[in-house]
Amino acid sequence: MIKVTFIQHSGTPYEVAATAGSSLMRAAVENGVPGIDGDCGGACACATCHVFIEPKWSALTGPAGEAEFAMLGFSEYRQPTSRLACQINLTAALDGLTVRLPEGQF
Amino acid sequence: MNHLTPSATLTVEDPWALPLDAIDPSEGRIFEAGRQHEYFRRLRQEDPVHYTANSPFGPYWSITKFNDIVEVDSNHAVFSSAGNIFIGDQPAGFAPPMFITSDPPIHGPQRKAVAPAVAPQRLSELEALVRSRAVAILESLPRGETFNWVQLVSKELTTQMLATLFDFPWEDRHLLPYWSDLTSTADIVGAATADMAERERGMREYLAYFTRLWHERAALPPKFDFISLMAHNPATKHYIDAPMAFLGNLSTLIVGGNDTTRNSISGGLLALNLFPAEYEKLINNPALVPNMVSEIIRWQSPVAHMRRTALSDYELGDKQIRKGDKVVMWYVSGNRDETVIDRPDEFIIDRPNARHHLSFGFGIHRCLGNRMGELQLRVLWEEILARFPRIEVVGEPIRVESNFAQGYSTLQVRIPA
Repeated sequence: MIKVTFIQHSGTPYEVAATAGSSLMRAAVENGVPGIDGDCGGACACATCHVFIEPKWSALTGPAGEAEFAMLGFSEYRQPTSRLACQINLTAALDGLTVRLPEGQF
Repeated sequence: MNHLTPSATLTVEDPWALPLDAIDPSEGRIFEAGRQHEYFRRLRQEDPVHYTANSPFGPYWSITKFNDIVEVDSNHAVFSSAGNIFIGDQPAGFAPPMFITSDPPIHGPQRKAVAPAVAPQRLSELEALVRSRAVAILESLPRGETFNWVQLVSKELTTQMLATLFDFPWEDRHLLPYWSDLTSTADIVGAATADMAERERGMREYLAYFTRLWHERAALPPKFDFISLMAHNPATKHYIDAPMAFLGNLSTLIVGGNDTTRNSISGGLLALNLFPAEYEKLINNPALVPNMVSEIIRWQSPVAHMRRTALSDYELGDKQIRKGDKVVMWYVSGNRDETVIDRPDEFIIDRPNARHHLSFGFGIHRCLGNRMGELQLRVLWEEILARFPRIEVVGEPIRVESNFAQGYSTLQVRIPA
């Protein structure tokens, strides 16, 4: 299992255990983490699973892809560390990953 | 519940009796008669990517399955919004350039200009206002008498909130739904009976009114209403010099914030009356309201379709779409796709994964005001449950003749005294 922590905009952390190969969005939705909606089911088409990657993890998660970047463009809260959680595949290397949530999803 | 079944007085052909290639779901009458779901059920079963060669709008493809719609909607490089997003083409010389009918790179900056009016932080500020207005509207309703829910509640609440989003003069707010209805009721959406002369007259008034507001806002410091945001943003301030662009973008925001939420407010009450066990469930557990809001928006599908134009050949579901073809994504059908949604014709307020619906569209044109619509529905239902044990639908609803806006002009209801 891979441990992931989602820190809410309010500061409350949610630690979940996910299986390798699942997306970061699925890890949140399946464990009932508030603030991650994943309306489109992981098709990179709704921007409702926006997260900020903690700087020490950003090299491992990599940058947003082209379609992802276009969708993130509609968030009022986009930052250089913004990603859509549905586009991050959880591997063993990401065990311990910490991400922060924006004030609201698109 | 015989009085709630689809109208028997409007004659629409039985879709199962038609040859497959004669099926044309674009006729507004089909929607007015409440028969659209049968048409789409047949297409999903027998011909999910369906070609209609002859229609009043020319040839077009119907995309009817959930996942095919997501595929088309999120591929803006092949499926362009440029020109028009209705099945029907705009009359020659009247194709207003708007961000909803633009592709990248034009679309993004213009859309972003107006987004702050409905951003999450702004909506938190507006929630108290939505609540006080919902309470005032509900408290004014008659008890023990039959009245039209659409007029007194659905239309009134959405009009008031739209007036706030535009910072529109309060005493004139009823012009907003009037203009919205003029814009969205036209022959191009299959409304054969629309009065096009009245439409043109109304549109001129509407442009003149907003031009005056624009000049007032442009002269003042920027605020968070749509007009002020557009007047002060470099990506949109040219609208004022291009009346068609101005009118088009205003209409996107007005229709987008009006018909949609209005028809979901009406549709939700209708659905609870059609599925009384769900009404019981809601009364026993008001915490289900947020999930029910998503289910209402799926079940109602207030926007029936969005159209794209193929920029290159594309194979979808073993059919060959050609460059230049019209491609219509029927959200109303995808939302009832039995291979993705369990018991899709049923209204189930505690449905798991209720947010997974097509009503807001997907991809870069996804609904800008989705959270505003959800907010109004949630607050309204919280306040309804706080004061009325039951609201009874007492007559068959009158549906709108449109292949675009799926909604009601009349929903007769009664609140027991």
